[in-house]
Amino acid sequence: MLLMNDHADTIDALPPGVFLAPSAMVRGAARGKDVTIVQNSEEHWVARVQAIATAQDQTAFAELFRHFAPKVKAFLIKSGADAGLAEECMQDVMATLWRKAHMYDPSRASVATWIFTVARNRKIDLLRKYARPEPEDLPWGPEQAPDQADVLALQQESHRLAEAMKTLPEKQRVLIERAYFGDLTHSEIAAETGLPLGTIKSRIRLALDRLRHNMT
Amino acid sequence: MQDVNHHISDDLLMGYAAGALPQAFDLVVATHVSLSDESRARLESFEALGGAVLDHVGTADLDEDSFEATLARISAASAPEQAPAPEPAETGIFPAPLRDVVGGDLDAVKWRAVGMGVKQCVLHSGKDASVRLLYIPAGQAMPMHSHRGTEMTLVLQGAYSDEEDRFARGDVEIAGEETNHTPTADPGEDCICLIATDAPLKFNGLLPRIAQPFVGI
Repeated sequence: MLLMNDHADTIDALPPGVFLAPSAMVRGAARGKDVTIVQNSEEHWVARVQAIATAQDQTAFAELFRHFAPKVKAFLIKSGADAGLAEECMQDVMATLWRKAHMYDPSRASVATWIFTVARNRKIDLLRKYARPEPEDLPWGPEQAPDQADVLALQQESHRLAEAMKTLPEKQRVLIERAYFGDLTHSEIAAETGLPLGTIKSRIRLALDRLRHNMT
Repeated sequence: MQDVNHHISDDLLMGYAAGALPQAFDLVVATHVSLSDESRARLESFEALGGAVLDHVGTADLDEDSFEATLARISAASAPEQAPAPEPAETGIFPAPLRDVVGGDLDAVKWRAVGMGVKQCVLHSGKDASVRLLYIPAGQAMPMHSHRGTEMTLVLQGAYSDEEDRFARGDVEIAGEETNHTPTADPGEDCICLIATDAPLKFNGLLPRIAQPFVGI
């Protein structure tokens, strides 16, 4: 189903003054390929999370749920949870996303990364049965909204990382996945991934520096 | 934020990002990351990798009422969580994750003397690893020891040096089985460290070896 919100985004994305020719309307209505790209882009998901944060937008949440809930459940099953526990845990993760949407910082993490961290912590709670100590939070409020250039740069780096992941040799990719499913002990984890993690680290470092600067 | 010179290794950061570390090491990593933006950025890049894994993991079938059940969970909980208020001005030396475990700052630690003015407080001891706070008087040398497993030391106050290097607040030293060292606290300030080990230490002198079962390090 094509949601009205998505359609609106597509139109908003056009330069001002562009006349919407009937062909453009048809393309949108027919779920043309470019509409699909907009729907699945990182920018799109960031906007959905922000709509949840600022307007408690239930349509945005439904969309986030449709896309990510089956992935979160699959991730939990691969991490050793049975289907029942994975479903429970996934619902909990999705409910947490609703409650914590305003804490999401798009200059430091993609939406998938943010969801991964919430799912990982819930997994540790449930499967390993302890509340893991987390690093001290760096507080930022709506008055310290992240720099838009940082947000865009992070989105590009996240995209590059995902693309690089796809081109890894199968054996290497499986090893990385097993590390994140919790199949490997820490001494079995090889941190040499062959992925462009240094560049994404530099982006995050810049965003942290700006955040520190804003706080002083 | 002071400059941290010795950062944590990639394998431990990736293990923390994946949620695969023993509990004792989780505390030291979380505390170190609180003190080092460099390590925080590296940790968040390993979390980005976790996000990429999640994105490519495939999908599982959901229960039929999955979405409605999730909405019910949301309305059962109270209003959206508010962003945490900015931390009050730092007065102590313990970052939040350590403060939470200790139940306060330095003055809340229940120290046990272990000889030579050295004090310790075991915070957690699991079957695979343990974590403790260690208090070394200024200028005091620790007994020479080597390791059977991995030892991760984070400096919280003061500094210490060994044959190789000097470690100050925020710095992390990872010692493996090959490491055989005599850390000495810098003169001037007592040194306080948070140390995780995944196996008991081996002391090389006779007396410390006898003391080891009692000291527990």
